[in-house]
Amino acid sequence: MLTKNVKSRLFFISIFLIAILCITIIFTNILKENLLYFKTPTEIKLEDKNNLKKLYRLGGLIKENSIKISGQKINFIVTDKKNEIFVTFEGPVPNLFLEGKGVVAEGKLVDNNYFIANKILAKHDENYKPPNDGNKK
Amino acid sequence: MFKFFSPSKLFKIIDWIINSIQSTFFLFLITGLTFALVISPPDYLQSESVRIMYVHVPAAWLSLSIFSVMTILSLLNYIFKIKNFKIFNKCLAPIGLLFSATAVITGSIWGKPTWGAWWVWDARLTSMIFLMLLYLIFIITLKFIKKDNLALMIISILSLIGVVNLFIIKYSVEWWNTLHQPASITLKGDISVHSSMLIPLFIMLIVFIVYSALIFLMKYKTEIIKMKKKNLNRL
Repeated sequence: MLTKNVKSRLFFISIFLIAILCITIIFTNILKENLLYFKTPTEIKLEDKNNLKKLYRLGGLIKENSIKISGQKINFIVTDKKNEIFVTFEGPVPNLFLEGKGVVAEGKLVDNNYFIANKILAKHDENYKPPNDGNKK
Repeated sequence: MFKFFSPSKLFKIIDWIINSIQSTFFLFLITGLTFALVISPPDYLQSESVRIMYVHVPAAWLSLSIFSVMTILSLLNYIFKIKNFKIFNKCLAPIGLLFSATAVITGSIWGKPTWGAWWVWDARLTSMIFLMLLYLIFIITLKFIKKDNLALMIISILSLIGVVNLFIIKYSVEWWNTLHQPASITLKGDISVHSSMLIPLFIMLIVFIVYSALIFLMKYKTEIIKMKKKNLNRL
């Protein structure tokens, strides 16, 4: 079954696969910044602070008991359990915008700890279960 | 060994399988949909919109697994020149396209009530769109490029690119920050879906598998008839 032609084709395919793998790994490393849909509070704090006009996406968990609604404005704290950033937002939020759940906010940094969002997306986790059945599995 | 797959021998068996699937498919479908839409409970957070999962997840799984099968077939086809596998791919590609499109569209519908956006360009969603495009190029190549060797070459290269993309789709939610949530059912066996939702999910998966088998066999039968019309006993 392994004639000379078969062997050469097999060789070609394996070389080609390795080449594609290398190219992909190189490109994903170069494009790493763009592949990340959002940055965590820790990563945001390491950003260059001279660049305040840049649009960021901040992602993390909404801290428990941190959502405060005052008039049109919603204030809350996004945390990754190491660092925290205060976020202000004005407008409608998705249904799954809840304390202790994931969120992605798009907007601009004002300073190290303060973020003004112009868009809010909810990031939900991988758990699915019926209501009132939190403990049973 | 490959003689076993010769089209003329398979013809009668295929006919029998198609008939038996056709007579039972709607039973499967009705059972699956009853479980998914009526019996299964709403989610504790998402409430009723979780029901989209029963279509979205099996469709995504199948679009990935069909692509892996197609990759293996096209590589075997390229290395050992088994022409029957080209016909297999020709029959599989449209099913894959259907399921990847289903996954993308249902995902978009699901995204609006849960995330608050129809579409975002995160790694998972972008690589899924790329898979859909690969399926499309596959179909176009198989249909319009008449030179056998050239078509074979293009398909093998596409499937190698695609197989790398499959890993990106699978692991994008772990490697990078994405808006899409991580896998609920991992290959390691961690399951974070409640059993009352897991059962309908797997019934729907079986329904989708049976459906793709049916479409595949019907398309394959047509291809055999086309061959017979040209008075070819083999490829």
